[in-house]
Amino acid sequence: MKRVYVNEKWCLGCHLCEYYCTFANSGVSSMVNALKDKPLRPRIRVEEHDGISFAVSCRHCKEPLCVKGCITGALSVKNGVITVDSNKCVGCYTCILSCPYGCISPDDSGHAISKCELCTKNACGEPACVKGCPNQAIVYEDRDVTDTNKEAAV
Amino acid sequence: MSRFVIIGNSAAGIGCAEGIRTVDKDSEIIIISNEPHHTYSRPLISYLLCGMTDEQRMKYRPDSFYKDNNITAMLGCTVTAVDPAAHTVSLDSGEKIKYDKLMYACGSSPFVPPMKGLDTVKNKFTFMSLDDARALDKALSPDSRVLVIGAGLIGMKCVEGIADKVKSITVVDMADRVLPSVLDADGAKLVQSAVEKHGVKFLLGDSAKELFPDKAVLNSGAEVPFDILVVAVGVRPNISLLKDAGADCNRGILTDDTMKTSLDDVYAAGDCTESFDITVKNSRILALLPNAYMQGENAGINMAGVSRSYNKAIPMNAMGMFGYHMITAGTYEGDSFCESDGTDYKKLFFKDDRLMGYIMIGDVSRAGIYTSLIREQTPLSSIDFELIKHHPQLMAFEKTERSAKLSESH
Ligand SMILES: Cc1cc2nc3c(=O)[nH]c(=O)nc-3n(C[C@H](O)[C@H](O)[C@H](O)COP(=O)(O)OP(=O)(O)OC[C@H]3O[C@@H](n4cnc5c(N)ncnc54)[C@H](O)[C@@H]3O)c2cc1C
Repeated sequence: MKRVYVNEKWCLGCHLCEYYCTFANSGVSSMVNALKDKPLRPRIRVEEHDGISFAVSCRHCKEPLCVKGCITGALSVKNGVITVDSNKCVGCYTCILSCPYGCISPDDSGHAISKCELCTKNACGEPACVKGCPNQAIVYEDRDVTDTNKEAAV
Repeated sequence: MSRFVIIGNSAAGIGCAEGIRTVDKDSEIIIISNEPHHTYSRPLISYLLCGMTDEQRMKYRPDSFYKDNNITAMLGCTVTAVDPAAHTVSLDSGEKIKYDKLMYACGSSPFVPPMKGLDTVKNKFTFMSLDDARALDKALSPDSRVLVIGAGLIGMKCVEGIADKVKSITVVDMADRVLPSVLDADGAKLVQSAVEKHGVKFLLGDSAKELFPDKAVLNSGAEVPFDILVVAVGVRPNISLLKDAGADCNRGILTDDTMKTSLDDVYAAGDCTESFDITVKNSRILALLPNAYMQGENAGINMAGVSRSYNKAIPMNAMGMFGYHMITAGTYEGDSFCESDGTDYKKLFFKDDRLMGYIMIGDVSRAGIYTSLIREQTPLSSIDFELIKHHPQLMAFEKTERSAKLSESH
């Protein structure tokens, strides 16, 4: 299936992905109103050090430790996308403990978590970080290697 | 077509059923549980008491789960014996059920130590199940003075659950600190004072010498008056049915890394088993939900005929107290690195080029990157440890490793 992939070679460290992500998931129609004077809580985050930068967001793993370890059943896989039911989530952060990529964060309320859901739940349609990346450092592609992958992952 | 019988309707049992169904969509699955409820999240019973969830939302799987997965759920039925030779389990109704493969996922029970005078206490509770939570909730009133024995995970979550519903809470524990199984002394102090701000009183390094109907006399001589007693000193694995059937057991049921027990066609998973903890290289009980689920899932896959090992078990835990969070994993052994500003606290333990364990309190962001260093036994010399010490980050990995993480499908 299609996922978000990142190539650090092309990343400018401009952080636009973080803004587009926050905006897309804000439910607000104007970017200014969505972002101005508000804490930025993007589901994709840029790491920077020593001239290197890259964005990190949920890998939508095929063997997702966050979903398996979720103590409430709030995290589940829907058509390959790892989604959270914020109504069930209580914000125990077991998924933050579990995610090897560090891609899950507390949400605004602190009583649930927020994570990349590939913009399947907002009006954007396809990942806003990808659309907004000026240098194609973030792409949305199918890189699955058939079933042999599954064997190896196990 | 085989018949899979699963005893236990919680994390390990559900994991098993889902594991079977990834491989085998057709065979019969029967789940038997003595709890009469749809599968629910056990850790959420404290959130239920404080109103952060309700009985519908705390269901561990959707209402349609059994139907969607073609599972027969026999809820409210107690298994009284397992006969491995005949491949049957007996129920309290007298009925016998035949299995081709059996999953034993009976979890654990609250341990109530013998305490002088305990039988004179009318309002006493344990805190393990939905029924326990319902019973406790019924007994609570705004005037209640509650005594909780045990400042471990379950006792502390109970405290959080009831804090706003009662007049006072006193917690007594033999250990000299709260959450002794997951926190070091300094971390425990931070958590204790955060909880004290909510009016909770702690009497640590002390224990109940004798109980009376309305007060406890402690070893130190202190007296604690109470109306309601909660005993949360620990849990014991439910092993007796399999032990009686002849399975190899230590404190918990012993399995190989497919989760098969010493009995033919009998598997076990979850709180009733021992896990091989890769951080101490020893078999021990890890009574934690993620571990229970993953053991169960792995067992299910093997029961359905696909060989797979589960060999990455580590102790790990996430919990919050009144919005103050802590995440811990591994074993606290070796050299340490500590950072603290009085609210956010972090301690890393490392030995022989490996991260052994860590404690994060307050700011717990991206903790899972540390967990994965432990789980994958990553040589610290292969990453930029100086960098990752301060903040968990993927930048600390080699370029090829970073690229594998971010540009390949996982
Ligand atoms: C208050 C509380 C908070 C917790 N918080 C956390 C947390 O934050 N994070 C975490 O990782 N873990 C937490 N835990 C621990 C977690 O709940 C357990 O690790 C997990 O539930 C284990 O799952 P299990 O399937 O092995 O066993 P259990 O959940 O104990 O389920 C056992 C099942 O077996 C059934 N059963 C037992 N005997 C029989 C019999 N003879 N016949 C029929 N059925 C039987 C029971 O009815 C039950 O359905 C918490 C536990 C409690 C009580």
